[in-house]
Amino acid sequence: MGASYIPFIVFTTLWAIVGIVLPFVVPKGPNRGIIQVVLMLTAATCWLFWLCCYMAQMNPLIGPKLDRHTIMILAKEWGNSPITLAK
Amino acid sequence: MGSMFRSEEMVLAQLFIQPEAAYPLMSELGELGVVQFRDLNEDVNAFQRKFAAEVIRCDDMERKLRYIEAEMHKDKVEIPYLAEQPKAPIPREIIDLEAHLDKTEKEILEMSESSVRLKSNFMELTELKYVLEKTQSFFNEREDSAIDSSHKALISEDAIHQVTRCQLSFVAGVIGRERIPAFERMLWRISRGNVFLRQVDIDQTLEDPITGNEMHKTVFVAFFQGEQLKGRVTKVCSGFRATVYPCPNNTNECQDMLKEVMMRLEDLTLILNQTQDHRQRVLNAVVKEMSNWNIMVSKMKAIYYTMNFFNMDVSRKCLIGEGWIPLNDVPQVQETLSEISSSCGSSIPSFMNVINTTENPPTFNRTNKFTRGFQNLIDAYGMASYREVNPALYTIITFPFLFAVMFGDVGHAFIMLLFGAYMCIFEKKLEAKRISSEVWQIFFGGRYIILLMGLFSIYTGFIYNDIFSLSMNIFGTNWVDAVDRITLEKVNKDEYMELNPSLDSETVPYPFGVDPIWQMSKNKIIFLNTFKMKLSIIFGVLHMIFGVSMGVVNYVHFKKKFSIFLEFLPQIIFLVALFGWMVVMMFIKFVRYGSQGTDYRIGSSCAPSILIMFINMMLFKEPTQHDNCDLYIFEFQPTLQMILVVVGVLCIPVMLFGKPIYIILQRKKKQNMQSNGDVNRGMEMQPESIEERAAKKQESDGHGHGDDEPISEVFIYQAIHTIEYVLSTVSHTASYLRLWALSLAHSQLSEVLWTMVMRQGSSTSFTGAPFLFVVFAFWAFLTIAILVMMEGLSAFLHTLRLHWVEFMSKFFIGLGYPFQPYSFKDILNESEDD
Repeated sequence: MGASYIPFIVFTTLWAIVGIVLPFVVPKGPNRGIIQVVLMLTAATCWLFWLCCYMAQMNPLIGPKLDRHTIMILAKEWGNSPITLAK
Repeated sequence: MGSMFRSEEMVLAQLFIQPEAAYPLMSELGELGVVQFRDLNEDVNAFQRKFAAEVIRCDDMERKLRYIEAEMHKDKVEIPYLAEQPKAPIPREIIDLEAHLDKTEKEILEMSESSVRLKSNFMELTELKYVLEKTQSFFNEREDSAIDSSHKALISEDAIHQVTRCQLSFVAGVIGRERIPAFERMLWRISRGNVFLRQVDIDQTLEDPITGNEMHKTVFVAFFQGEQLKGRVTKVCSGFRATVYPCPNNTNECQDMLKEVMMRLEDLTLILNQTQDHRQRVLNAVVKEMSNWNIMVSKMKAIYYTMNFFNMDVSRKCLIGEGWIPLNDVPQVQETLSEISSSCGSSIPSFMNVINTTENPPTFNRTNKFTRGFQNLIDAYGMASYREVNPALYTIITFPFLFAVMFGDVGHAFIMLLFGAYMCIFEKKLEAKRISSEVWQIFFGGRYIILLMGLFSIYTGFIYNDIFSLSMNIFGTNWVDAVDRITLEKVNKDEYMELNPSLDSETVPYPFGVDPIWQMSKNKIIFLNTFKMKLSIIFGVLHMIFGVSMGVVNYVHFKKKFSIFLEFLPQIIFLVALFGWMVVMMFIKFVRYGSQGTDYRIGSSCAPSILIMFINMMLFKEPTQHDNCDLYIFEFQPTLQMILVVVGVLCIPVMLFGKPIYIILQRKKKQNMQSNGDVNRGMEMQPESIEERAAKKQESDGHGHGDDEPISEVFIYQAIHTIEYVLSTVSHTASYLRLWALSLAHSQLSEVLWTMVMRQGSSTSFTGAPFLFVVFAFWAFLTIAILVMMEGLSAFLHTLRLHWVEFMSKFFIGLGYPFQPYSFKDILNESEDD
């Protein structure tokens, strides 16, 4: 599996707090049930959305097709070593 | 849960009201707005009802108020808007109010009439003045030309003689400018060309005394010879409604008349101004009370109108009313009753009695300003049945979320968020403005929906990594290592190069969202397509499973436990076994197949297409072998799939025949019980039959299958239901692909807008800056008009359809009628909209 566990843990705990812990802390009032449902649904949908995006990129089946000037600039600006004749 | 989970419980109550306490009680109940009264006198004519006279009185007062308001509107006197609303007037005040209104109305009528008279007088005098002025110029010209011609022509004396001999008579008057051409033609025709018409336009527009419209008029002088022609000309003038004015021939007389007319005009202007002042004073004196009066009269009329619904019980000398009240509001109503009874000081108090009934109560969902928008969305499709599970509660989040999946762009979402936040933060001020534009009312009513849609779209925009079609690189692209591995020769070989994700098992995905490198790549759409399509199906199947599960809540509440086993279980098993399995396969493919690693069997060339696998599963076909790849993902997949398909298909006859057979068995049991009862003929018969009837009534809540429905109808109904469900699992699953389609359209539109519009403005020359300024205006306008508004509306519509059809058709019954309480707030809001 080509995935690191840190983002997975971070986002799962974040949405778990929103969806599982917060509903218990909602103040009593006529809208308590509504707020609980809102929190749980938000957490579930947003977490699942993030998860699908993460898992889709985990094991990529294709790579980005870039034009060569873009590649050279990428290598120079973002990469660790620019593309030179010396390589 | 709050009351949004299902609609509130309603009771049918009978109110016994003492006649003295009736009016104040109805006033209080109207303020509360919790009772829906039923019309007990439906067959009685409106004019024969008990309080018809009072209603007519109120109508009269309303008419007078409308007249006064119209007069105020004509004079542009502004009626101030009341923030606080007064209560309905007590009977003593009503007489005062009536008298006051009467007096004001008469005064204003009188003033209007006199002002009309004065104004018409004024207009006549003004027209006369113009006629005198213009005809003077005609005569001066004529004299001048006569003098001129006398000096030029040889037969000059004859000419003068001719002029003096044939005295032309004339008719002078004023006619509306638009009638002049027809008037001229008519004069020419009747006189065979012997009438000479001269006309001059009046520059100043004259005010019509009755309507107050501005009119353009023309002064004309028609010259002719002879009495006969004069008769004809006058007839034509009266036919064309031209006013004729007597005009003296003599210049001196003309001047005198003119002076007199000017004097009279001055006097009239003075009088008119004074009248106008008086009118303003009268109107301003009442303007502050107008809103108050309007509201009080409306409330009074509503009270008497509702009191007409009551029955007068002569024996007990009290009014009896029947109405639906939400159970939670019953204590409030009882309190009001006792309060009013004690304050009225009547010996016998008014009281309320709850009746047990089998009638279908109205559906009432208690909403606050936040939830009302979502409840309206659901009610627009159909009013939920009484005490059925309310889909609006979940719509609060699923609606904005599904919208956001289709709209995902941080920039456009931010604009939407700003708009929604503006409406929500300033809602009190905006409500007070009472903007009547319907489009604004729609947007304002949905302000919380727009706010939530903006928020969720920002989230999905971050994950799609799309701000106005550009991506953000927050965490550093994770394809850097692939770039590092490229050497100069490889780069110079082709124009494009696909980065190879393999050979490096340490690359990890971009932690939050889509990697920014995809924005610059040529095959971005291929990657996004697979991602978004899978996403749509995953969310679609989950939404539908949620919908089917909501049906369980209804079955439990309406005490149809058998439906859980005979309807819910086969439905959910069918859905999960087939489409749930497809979702599971997607997740397996995410995890198992990749380009990293050396085993080519789990490499990208061998990754199976999920759609093909699904189709092969349904058709029991073996997949085609290619490239030495494995045929299946794991070893026991073919057996597992076969089991799933068989189980799924087995659910269909259960859905088809389960419920009808159960009903047949139920009826046989009842028949047996009844025949036993005949044999016994004992007291057991009575209580049983009542229970049976109660049980039957509860069963019939929902589908209306009474005991008398023929069994063939039950079978047909169930068959239709089953076919609809089975086909809908396929078609609705595919329908959820619109989440992908709209998201693709949105991102492509915004990309086109950026590259084709905004980028054209980027240049480094000196003219670049002002050019960019202009280009930005174009880009911003098109972004808001097309991408935010048009795409927003489009995504809203599709999300609404997904909710109404794909989600709610799985469980929603929707046969209820809305609760319309007797409430002053609703009545006044309605009359405002009119």
